[in-house]
Amino acid sequence: MKAYDAGWGGAVWKTLGMPTINVSSRYGSTNYRNTRMAGFSNIELISDRPLEDNLREMREVTKRFPDHATIASLMVDTQAEWNDIIKQVEDAGAKGIELNFGCPHGMCERGMGSAVGQDPVALKAIVEWVMDAANIPVITKLSPNISHITDPGLAAVEANTDAISLINTVKSIVGIDLDTYAPYPVVDGKGSNGGYCGPAVKPIALHMLKDLKQHELIKDTPISGIGGIETWRDVVEFILLGATSVQVCTAVMHYGFGIVREMEAGLIQFMEDKGYNTIYDFAGKALPNVLPWKDLNLKYDVKAKINEDKCVGCDLCYIACDDGAHQAIALPLDGTSRIPSIIEENCVGCNLCSLVCPVEGCITMERKDDGTQHETWDELTLADQIPNTWNDDRSGGKGHYVPVPSKAFDSIRKDKSGERANQK
Amino acid sequence: MAEYKRPKNEEDFKQNFKQKKPLMNDTEAYYAGSKCLFCYDAPCMNACPTGIDIPLFIKQIHTGNAEGAAKTIYNSNWIGNACGTVCPTGVLCEGSCVYTEQDVLPVEIGRLQNYATKKVIDSGKVLFKPGESNGKKVAIVGAGPAGIACACELRTLGYQVDIFEAKSKPSGLTVYGIAPYKITNEEVLDEVEYLRSQLHFNIHYDLPIDSKGDISDLESKYDAIFLGVGLGETANRNIPGEDKDGVIGAVEFIEDLRMNHSNTKVGDRVVVLGGGNTAMDAASESARMGASKVILAYRSSKEKMGAYGFEYDLALSAGVEGMFHASPLEIMGNGSVTGIKLTNEEGNEIVVDCDMIIKATGQAKQGNFYSLIDGLNIDSSTKIEVNPETNQTSNPKYFAGGDAINGGAEVVNAAYDGKLAANGIHNYLNQ
Repeated sequence: MKAYDAGWGGAVWKTLGMPTINVSSRYGSTNYRNTRMAGFSNIELISDRPLEDNLREMREVTKRFPDHATIASLMVDTQAEWNDIIKQVEDAGAKGIELNFGCPHGMCERGMGSAVGQDPVALKAIVEWVMDAANIPVITKLSPNISHITDPGLAAVEANTDAISLINTVKSIVGIDLDTYAPYPVVDGKGSNGGYCGPAVKPIALHMLKDLKQHELIKDTPISGIGGIETWRDVVEFILLGATSVQVCTAVMHYGFGIVREMEAGLIQFMEDKGYNTIYDFAGKALPNVLPWKDLNLKYDVKAKINEDKCVGCDLCYIACDDGAHQAIALPLDGTSRIPSIIEENCVGCNLCSLVCPVEGCITMERKDDGTQHETWDELTLADQIPNTWNDDRSGGKGHYVPVPSKAFDSIRKDKSGERANQK
Repeated sequence: MAEYKRPKNEEDFKQNFKQKKPLMNDTEAYYAGSKCLFCYDAPCMNACPTGIDIPLFIKQIHTGNAEGAAKTIYNSNWIGNACGTVCPTGVLCEGSCVYTEQDVLPVEIGRLQNYATKKVIDSGKVLFKPGESNGKKVAIVGAGPAGIACACELRTLGYQVDIFEAKSKPSGLTVYGIAPYKITNEEVLDEVEYLRSQLHFNIHYDLPIDSKGDISDLESKYDAIFLGVGLGETANRNIPGEDKDGVIGAVEFIEDLRMNHSNTKVGDRVVVLGGGNTAMDAASESARMGASKVILAYRSSKEKMGAYGFEYDLALSAGVEGMFHASPLEIMGNGSVTGIKLTNEEGNEIVVDCDMIIKATGQAKQGNFYSLIDGLNIDSSTKIEVNPETNQTSNPKYFAGGDAINGGAEVVNAAYDGKLAANGIHNYLNQ
């Protein structure tokens, strides 16, 4: 009720189903630099509270907030159990059902959760049972712990699911305690694999969403996007890849229901700026721009440009390019300045320097081709023009900068780290 | 109007001399450390006179390895903990932090350094062990930062080390001459004890080396001698009336303050003569001791003062008033000081009433001491001449460092000199 009061349009209830017992110490997190919970892992199971308590609360909520999308998440085993629990949540006023086929810890060991999500045949059978039994809309929630998300996606669609949601958590170990050698979260000196979520999993979720929305047989099924959503930008990105609703859990666990304020304000601002009235005006707009690699324009050419006025001289771009990319950035030889420069003939336009640069807008990628040329690997293949020997002149590497390997030691300016410290 | 009430007890003193760079807690260090970019060939590292691998030690702090960070720091600078708070970081490492190029506050390198080293000092974590004994002995004259750094380095190289100190405490000006709001006596002494307890060099206190006999004794017993004797007392300015009660040298005043805290006698109206960092300290300290008026009188313009800008700002914030183009002509008073006659900016003579005058006009050099040593070349400003690669003096058995060779610089310079000289001694004795 607090969530609805804060502005959320719907809520998916903590999964109800088979009786469980939960462990103490349930969550672990990945902290990156000064960011807490960049990734989050749990080994908590579905609700361990009595079904009757959950149903009573659900009745209260749906009565007080009749226009909100209160969804019952369910996970049981046999067809009889499915029929029974669906009846009970419908009676409690649930507006929809979400099938939890994702939980990758604990429940899967009992043949539920991700054990179903990883087995399209079983998934299809269960969705069919549910569709037979349910009088309210059914969302099938998928597990990302699978090679091709379209397999369970298609199974759900073939069983006539009303909608799909994804992703559930990713099987994970977030860390090991260096004193007890136990994985986090630690339960009496031991641990188990958990389910990973939070901002760290967003890229995985976006990719799987795209795969479903580009699949001919799945794309017309509504999808609710899940996975690391915390800000309005995340929301817009999921919608641009075709999601028409989004679900948020980790961000609420971190910041509380109030986090929706920022999402709502940002989303509205975005829509006003772009002139959209509903999310359907832009849902899926990025999908045509996500192509197989073979269809990318090989003639497109960008090179890095360093804005000297903004450069602070950290020289991270230099060392990143020199040690981790294409040796296309030079430092002034005389050491009078720390502002690096791009060696254009070596720059392949990889973006690395612009990604490591700590200053906003200091390194930009500038287009160098005139935009008139277009050629893809696929076109080359069809025209029988692809390079086909190791040293083929048509391959990209020809004409690349070929340094003498030993030259690497004559770094343009030597890193003096620790040098004076070790003088003896 | 005085900013500070006269401190009556230690509690008041601590309040008036609150640490400018207080110790960070784990959370603060974690967030402060996360800001470091790990620059390539980092400017902060190049700005440090001892060349500490700053990006490395900050990364170590941030990854929960403060002990490793302390090791990195001590690997370059044996006075790492004190330097973290007493170094003028704003013009050294932090002043060169790349963030400042975009008007973003720099990483708090000094406090992070102090945090990491304080951790091992407080826990007593053993980080060092003496090198295998090579049977050779080195004498060090002066237990200041140069001498301590030299001793530590020599011990790791296997030398027996005896330090001879004229005063009763180690650390030289770090304990006797630095403003109390930069570091506490305890913190300075704790670091020396931390190092001494692991590296086992001997310090002989209250044992001045001041005669030809002392020198020849050292020469006969030791294979090499390091001179870390610093500078002497405040030089006489030859101002008429300079001998009156209430006229004191800045170095002597600060030593009194460091040792006696709230019991130090400070006048009600104080004039500080000078424009260097020590003058700023003395003025600031007088104000914090409750003087109702403190005037900093400098003979030239504000721009020409030798002090760092931030030190002058600190003095101003304590309530000090600056007076420029003010040359002292005569100190007035009958036995005790009652005023000072100065020329003012317009060239007129004026008298400023005061009951205390602090001369921060430079320390005398140890010229008399140097004359005891045969073949020791001294330059025109009475500094010991050394080979900058080894810190060896013209008398090959003698090495030197710190204020004695640079005429008065930072603790960090002395720490570097001591380490450099130790390696110079090692090479000399293994030729």
